[in-house]
Amino acid sequence: MTVDITLPQLLRKNAATLAARPAMREKDLGIWQPYSWRRYWDETRDFALGLAAAGFGAGDKLAVIGENRPHLYFAQLAAMCLGGVAVPAYQDAIAAELAYVLDHAEVSIVVAEDQEQVDKVLSVRDRLPHLKLVVFDDPRGLGDYDEPILKSFGEVQQAGREFGAPHPQHVEAAVEAGKPDDLCLFSYTSGTTSRPKGVMLSHANLLSAAEALTKAEDIRAADDHLAYLPMAWIGNSLLSMALHLGVGFTCNYPERPETLLRDLRELGPTIALAPPRFWENTLTATLVRAADASWLKRRLFNLFRAIAERAETRRGAGEKVPLGLRFGFAIGEVLIYGPLRDQLGLRRARWVYTGGAPLGADTFRFFRAVGVNLKQVYGATELAGLCSAQANRDVDPDTVGRAFQGTELRIAENGEVQVRSESVFKGYYKQQEATRATMTEDGWLRTGDAGFIDRRGHLVIIDRARDVGKLVDGTAYAPQFVENKLKFSPYIGEAVAFGDARPFVAAIVAIDPTTVGNWAERQNLAYTSFQDLCAKPEVAGLIRGEIRKCNRMLPEAVQIRRFLVLNKEFDADDDEITRTRKIRRGFVAEKYASVVEALYSGAGEVEFAAEITYEDGRKTLMHSTLAIADVEEAEARPEIAPEPAISAAQ
Amino acid sequence: MAGAAASGSEIAERPQLVVAGASKRFGGVRAVEGVSISVNRGQIASIIGPNGAGKTSLLNMISGFYKPDTGSITFEGHDITRARPAEIAALGIARTFQNIALFAGMTVLDNIMLGRHVHMRSGVLSSLVYWGLAQREEVAHRARCEELIEFLELEDLRKQQVSGLAYGLRKRVELGRALALEPKLLLLDEPMGGMNQEEKEDMARYVLDVNQHWGTTIILIEHDMTVVMDISQQVNVFDRGRKIAEGTPAEVQSNPAVIDAYLGAGSHANAGPGEKAA
Repeated sequence: MTVDITLPQLLRKNAATLAARPAMREKDLGIWQPYSWRRYWDETRDFALGLAAAGFGAGDKLAVIGENRPHLYFAQLAAMCLGGVAVPAYQDAIAAELAYVLDHAEVSIVVAEDQEQVDKVLSVRDRLPHLKLVVFDDPRGLGDYDEPILKSFGEVQQAGREFGAPHPQHVEAAVEAGKPDDLCLFSYTSGTTSRPKGVMLSHANLLSAAEALTKAEDIRAADDHLAYLPMAWIGNSLLSMALHLGVGFTCNYPERPETLLRDLRELGPTIALAPPRFWENTLTATLVRAADASWLKRRLFNLFRAIAERAETRRGAGEKVPLGLRFGFAIGEVLIYGPLRDQLGLRRARWVYTGGAPLGADTFRFFRAVGVNLKQVYGATELAGLCSAQANRDVDPDTVGRAFQGTELRIAENGEVQVRSESVFKGYYKQQEATRATMTEDGWLRTGDAGFIDRRGHLVIIDRARDVGKLVDGTAYAPQFVENKLKFSPYIGEAVAFGDARPFVAAIVAIDPTTVGNWAERQNLAYTSFQDLCAKPEVAGLIRGEIRKCNRMLPEAVQIRRFLVLNKEFDADDDEITRTRKIRRGFVAEKYASVVEALYSGAGEVEFAAEITYEDGRKTLMHSTLAIADVEEAEARPEIAPEPAISAAQ
Repeated sequence: MAGAAASGSEIAERPQLVVAGASKRFGGVRAVEGVSISVNRGQIASIIGPNGAGKTSLLNMISGFYKPDTGSITFEGHDITRARPAEIAALGIARTFQNIALFAGMTVLDNIMLGRHVHMRSGVLSSLVYWGLAQREEVAHRARCEELIEFLELEDLRKQQVSGLAYGLRKRVELGRALALEPKLLLLDEPMGGMNQEEKEDMARYVLDVNQHWGTTIILIEHDMTVVMDISQQVNVFDRGRKIAEGTPAEVQSNPAVIDAYLGAGSHANAGPGEKAA
């Protein structure tokens, strides 16, 4: 299949054929307001004219920064209309990170959602020699900014309409001149190992990935999609832009990030893509609410949850579900599963995807058991998003499904997964060296992931290829494999495992504040702050129990022997994880070098000074003493004293 | 939503609110004694002073909860010295309370809708039928409240009961209810009391935004000196029922009488009076 159309050409086509049907919905004054396809095109054209009036043309770059907003999509498409490139940036990036991306991409126009984003851009303006114009969507608080470089979205469109009068068909002609192979999007990688790299993608890259997805999955023009992923994540560009334009369904944008769950319930989207963290958090929240419910409700929930999971396990193994179990399941559907899906806003969902990182088997089984068609997908920014997904009848928590039509997969000798398809990117912007290192000589993309293809032809991902190491005794060991098993515990938020060239596996664990906090309240365990909670020996005991459970799922040689409960969460502002919440292993190993040494030296505790970065970029040092514990030792779990402690809030 | 600037009329030059020699006693306690202040349209004025200095009593007199024993209060040319609270509200004076006075069992939205009450015209019967005017009115008022919800960033809480909200959020809801009245003059009694630094900064931003967006005059009682000095154009200092100083933040900070009242003679004024324990 070859793509013979560009994204703006698709938009024009949709404006003509789908016309008044809703392309987008956004909540305004508490009511969902539709934007028709015609309006999508009209607004985009006016903005494109405004960009042209400001001197923006082919090859120029326009960045958008903010949450999902119709105007930010108009802006991206407008840039593409003129042959320019859209550069979506992470809205929660601190100013310095933003400056790097904007400067590296040579962005000349930034479209920012609100004052917060405008402030960030203006604060690093002197590092951005190419910057000519900053456009804002929400004028709130920007009234008395006296910056000639600053314009409102409406002002640019107005200037565009004035420019358009003597230049009729300016945008239309530029759209017609567009070629599928033109670059249209720079998607910056989250940078697990180094500075972010600008992945250059063409219309054909994005649309071929979207087309492959439509062949593999049941996607309809009547679908409702809730677009809440970071705009800079390739998965969002694929679904909310390429697929959206290609299929013509409706994209809905949450009112605010905080209203996501409510919006989800109000809308009941029919399709969705979310990272594992979302599903884990949702499961955790569900379990916490069940545990807080009245006796009867709790008992019913637990009873029917067990029935559903038993039935799901049988179905997964291809066995017949006995009549009694099917009967119980039918009652559960009425009493528990249906209402639960309704509460979660997933009642209308025909399929939902998890991707970006592996999802715990328990979480996976839970959602599938209660009737949510959750499936695992795999992809990469360099592949314009996705390249494999599980089919409805073929779901398995351990695999990421089969490759899409038109995507070829092979496993290199070192175990690395390599891909060839029309979606493979055009290279990293201004980094030819890195591009060459990523492509094989015969034109395959090195994904950097280690994996294999199982008997059924499903792709199984083990870990990042370069992270796979060996213990001193030569046992192969994949840290992410261990970490994912750890993260399946609701009490463990993040974990980093060590073991390469070490005698055994050890782990640094960051607890999940919600669940552990809830657990502590239940135990009448008083604590004052997150740090205090982390330092409680009872919490160490809880985590030890969780690690023991996890060890049972691991081969003996790579079981975790020692661990430490960290007194902070891993944070993207501290560079410990990426904005897409992947551990930056090298950085963490360096930052926590003294802690890692202590894990292997046999010490019982370690002094540690951590640098903390606040959201506004301020830094501070936090000194603390962390306790290190063995997983298997003389039963050391302290009995919880039933003292009537005052349960601390939060 | 267009921010309606309220200036441009002939009364713009005259002070919007004039309190002249107002006094209030409770038995032997002289809560307020011969206090005069005047505030211009569109200004942010602060009232500061130690506990029991008479700040809240003055606000209570302006909003009609207390009647002054002597003196007069004039708002936009109307003598409101003896007016009832409802009449004063109808003239466009709204307030928030030091100890939050919301309906805890009602939602955020309903509490804010209550602030629209002075603007509602339809009677009991037509409201019951919910037809014609009553329906149109309800929709218009709801739209106005939604603007405020967006303005105060309360979208995720609009259907939540106030009783379940954190303190800082309740203060924000109370501000929303006061704004729903579309006041020309807004009286804020310790809007940042009991808040942490981040909440204070947020609230200060809302106060500035209200002032800028609608041109609302604001009189503010506040203990956090940084906030007061940052956002107000005029500061009135009270001590034991009297006004001891008035001026711009800089003038007040260097006024010896103020330094005396706050820190005792011989100290410097930069430090505020500190946080009042809740």
